[in-house]
Amino acid sequence: MMQFIHKYGSPRYYYQWSKGWQKWLSIITVVLLVIGLYQGFFVAPPDYQQGESYRIIFIHVPAAWMSMFVYMVMAFAGIMALVWRIKVAEIVVGECAILGASFTAMALITGMLWGKPMWGTYWVWDARLTSELVLLFLYFGVIALHGAFDDPRTGAKAASILAIVGVINIPIIKYSVEWWNTLHQPATVAKFDKPSMHISMLIPLLIMAVAFKTYFLSLLFMRSRSEVLAREKNASWVKEILKEQS
Amino acid sequence: MLAIRRRRELANPLVFFVIVVSLFPLGVSPDKELLSQMAPGVIWVTALLATLMSMDVMFRSDYDDGSLEQLLLLPGPKVLLIGAKITAHWASIGLPLVVLAPIMSLLLYFPTHAIGSLVVTLLISTPILSLLGSVGVALTLSLRSGGILSSLLILPFYIPVLIFSTMAINASANSLPVSGYYALLGAFLIISALLIPFAVVAALRVSYN
Repeated sequence: MMQFIHKYGSPRYYYQWSKGWQKWLSIITVVLLVIGLYQGFFVAPPDYQQGESYRIIFIHVPAAWMSMFVYMVMAFAGIMALVWRIKVAEIVVGECAILGASFTAMALITGMLWGKPMWGTYWVWDARLTSELVLLFLYFGVIALHGAFDDPRTGAKAASILAIVGVINIPIIKYSVEWWNTLHQPATVAKFDKPSMHISMLIPLLIMAVAFKTYFLSLLFMRSRSEVLAREKNASWVKEILKEQS
Repeated sequence: MLAIRRRRELANPLVFFVIVVSLFPLGVSPDKELLSQMAPGVIWVTALLATLMSMDVMFRSDYDDGSLEQLLLLPGPKVLLIGAKITAHWASIGLPLVVLAPIMSLLLYFPTHAIGSLVVTLLISTPILSLLGSVGVALTLSLRSGGILSSLLILPFYIPVLIFSTMAINASANSLPVSGYYALLGAFLIISALLIPFAVVAALRVSYN
């Protein structure tokens, strides 16, 4: 097990195996995005109450799911970075923070655009909106801490600790905010009985959710691969690659 | 315990607390009803900021003169040492705030029958503020401009404390039961007291990398 982790986590080997993954995930992302967006924007029927403007959920909801998911990935990578001192995990923490903050901002902005015609205002101090905003602040903290150190490895370790403390705190923050104020419609998909959403809307939403996951992973591979090259620029295997390229 | 020898530095966050609270009537309006409604929030937010301002004191001077490094090299559990540090910080900032807050709440026309809940929430929560704040300070210790960054990291974590405390105070001002909020705050205090010293030790290790 440990050998496995160290082998796949060594920068050189990571750079090799992630190449194929990145390529295929990017292709899958494009295909799924095209199908999902087409289904969501043209095939799915309009909502009987919200009309056409509900269609923004095909972007909004996957982005909101990703905002939480990426934080989990980041905290997990943080544990790997602190416990096993894997260089690639340190890089993943930093890249996750930036990608996660982008997804969170995307969820907030699309939500605000949807809120104006639906609720009559861009912003309400509602539980879900507020906890999403707090999540964005948490990401900002990790990004700021990650970049504050001269030595990137120290920055990554500090950011990992913060991410782990944050992952314990997120449920507490979420529930405290929920008790404080709630107006947002409750979750319509993740219910134990039948989802309260028609199947013709649910399918494009799930396709989009998977597309966002693969999109995140392919971006993560892309960004971390170039970061690996930058960090290991003095290693002999990187120099060989550079020679081949030029 | 060196802190006692530098009383002036210690008093600064408390003076800050008093001044900021008295700025609100000037900035918003001296209207009695409005102020008494805002009082729990104003006092709590100001207490958060005052605690944040004082966080730097916790490790900074010990870090600068190297004694923190020596303390970490001592045999025995580091977690206890950090726990003692945090307790000392709370005794020098949190406790005075608990005493000052009821006095300042009178300036905001806060209903007197709810002052008891204000004191109780502050008593339970100020240790949480010191605990959470110590993580931020420990992470940013080796940076030159760590102060503002550390507040940026820590403020989001203060949100649950702020929410539960002000909800408890508002409930008590409206003569509603409050023990549930106290229990939640107490649970939060116990969890953070158990887990945070470990995070602080790890963070200090990173700072001394």
